[in-house]
Amino acid sequence: MTTEARRKERLDRSIKVRTETLYALTSWREMGYLFVPRFVLIAGLLLLPLILGMYWQRVLCTAGIYALLALGFDFLAEYVGLVCLGGAFFIGSGGYISGLLNAHFGFPPLLCIPIATVAGAAVSTLVLLPCLRLRGIYFAIISFMFPLFAVYIIIALNVFGGTEGISALDILPNTWVEQYLILGVILFALFAFRRLVSEDIGLIWRGIKDNDQAVKASGVDITAYKTKAVFIAALIGCFGGAYLSHLYGWLGISLFAMDFSILPIAASVMGGMGTLVGPVLGAFILTPLSELLRGFGQLRVVLYCLILIGFIVYKPEGFMNVLQRKYHQFERWEVV
Amino acid sequence: MGEELLQIENLSKAFGGVQAVLGVSLTLNRGEILGIIGPNGSGKTTLVNLATGFVKPDSGKVTFMGRDITGLQPHKIANLGLTRTFQIMRPYHSLSAFKNLIIPLNSPRVRRTSSGKLGDTDSVAIDILEEIGFERDARVPYKTAGSLPLGYLKRLELARCIVLRPEVIICDEIFSGLSMSEISSVIPLLEKLQIDGITLIMIEHRLRELFRLANRVIVLHFGQMLAEGDPGEVMENQDVKDAYLGTERSK
Repeated sequence: MTTEARRKERLDRSIKVRTETLYALTSWREMGYLFVPRFVLIAGLLLLPLILGMYWQRVLCTAGIYALLALGFDFLAEYVGLVCLGGAFFIGSGGYISGLLNAHFGFPPLLCIPIATVAGAAVSTLVLLPCLRLRGIYFAIISFMFPLFAVYIIIALNVFGGTEGISALDILPNTWVEQYLILGVILFALFAFRRLVSEDIGLIWRGIKDNDQAVKASGVDITAYKTKAVFIAALIGCFGGAYLSHLYGWLGISLFAMDFSILPIAASVMGGMGTLVGPVLGAFILTPLSELLRGFGQLRVVLYCLILIGFIVYKPEGFMNVLQRKYHQFERWEVV
Repeated sequence: MGEELLQIENLSKAFGGVQAVLGVSLTLNRGEILGIIGPNGSGKTTLVNLATGFVKPDSGKVTFMGRDITGLQPHKIANLGLTRTFQIMRPYHSLSAFKNLIIPLNSPRVRRTSSGKLGDTDSVAIDILEEIGFERDARVPYKTAGSLPLGYLKRLELARCIVLRPEVIICDEIFSGLSMSEISSVIPLLEKLQIDGITLIMIEHRLRELFRLANRVIVLHFGQMLAEGDPGEVMENQDVKDAYLGTERSK
């Protein structure tokens, strides 16, 4: 008895091929093909605050912070080859710098946040600098250690408010500023990262990921380029932290919570590693989901894990890669 | 010829208990092709790694164009004009062939020599690939590196060095794994590089092809220099024959 073997054949849609060059500008159809998905994303994100209630608006802001972390994680892992679990350190350093500036010098939040974004990224980069020689899992473990390290320093020395933290920081003017600030930054960062990875510097980063020896032999200083990448990823993470401390008007050691290092990975796995937009959307799905599951108490973690396992088993490439494939390619079954 | 470009003095390196290179000294003169041969495990590739900074020597000194480069970082050495290819090629598989050259085109050395006005790096990269036989009409420079046959990959590896406009290229087994016809397409490239004034060191196992090109040959054996001279002399050397073929046991 013969079993009929079938395989799926995938071919690029002709419109995809046409829109890869300047030819895309020749007709509305081609331009629409490129423009519509981007428009849906931008409009969708910008409309969210208008349709959500008070509670979910706050969730949206938190989700935005995770989205920035997920974007930075995906960028470093897939385009530079650094698996960085230091998300919590970015949040913590950004949050503490911004909060302390506000509490001790009375700077307004809208001044503290930019300062803390840059200063926090500089601190994070300096801290990670000695570890940049490490690769793969070793870098991941060391970067995971730094948030824990920072927490123990704060507790042991009882500085920056110690275990209590500092409360009654100035908060952002109103909920619309809160929401559109983070959404604006996410959209800006998303398109900026997409652009950056296709520039020459992006090619050098990919070269470092694929084969760092050949990059060295090409006369390019890989440590300098890795440092730049970490700084850029830390920028958006530290922005998230600074924003967070002024969202709740409070800073404390929970800014270094492990969630900030772990959830972005889950979001990236779910959304699709290497797509940049996938991890962002993944964070916007996972964060509300974990809010919804709050009623289940400790069971929440179990359900959460089940969802992740489901993705890893059935769609290991993440939903964004699947969607992009459906959009760009057509499939047919072929008998072999 | 004449000017000494590269001097290696008494270089040694041990990996654990294995003495990979032991007290090797050599000089490289401008414009020549120097062959380095030796049985497997004789320390040829380690010598290249030591000279180009990928491995730090235990002792000894490397001087390049009058400057002590011992222990300098690989990218700094490459920027001085001492470049190398890799025995096991690892191109950036997902990138097209010409995109592979964008990385060296962004090195400080290229930026300096082109005084910042490189213009369109893509077209510079494609021009260089065309020079070394990537047919532009067949769109070979645009194919992804992962899909290219070995002969092209070896030339791509060479192109990565040529982009830097180096003084010296060290070719680590550039002929290995190539068919005769592929080798005969690479040989003219190497000859042209010599005419262009680039000095070459060739690590090789393919002796017949190497001896057509090399002006001088050095034989390594167990990390030590066994013989030095022009190709004909070296092959007549009894020690060299013993190293390659083994000694006959005397009764």
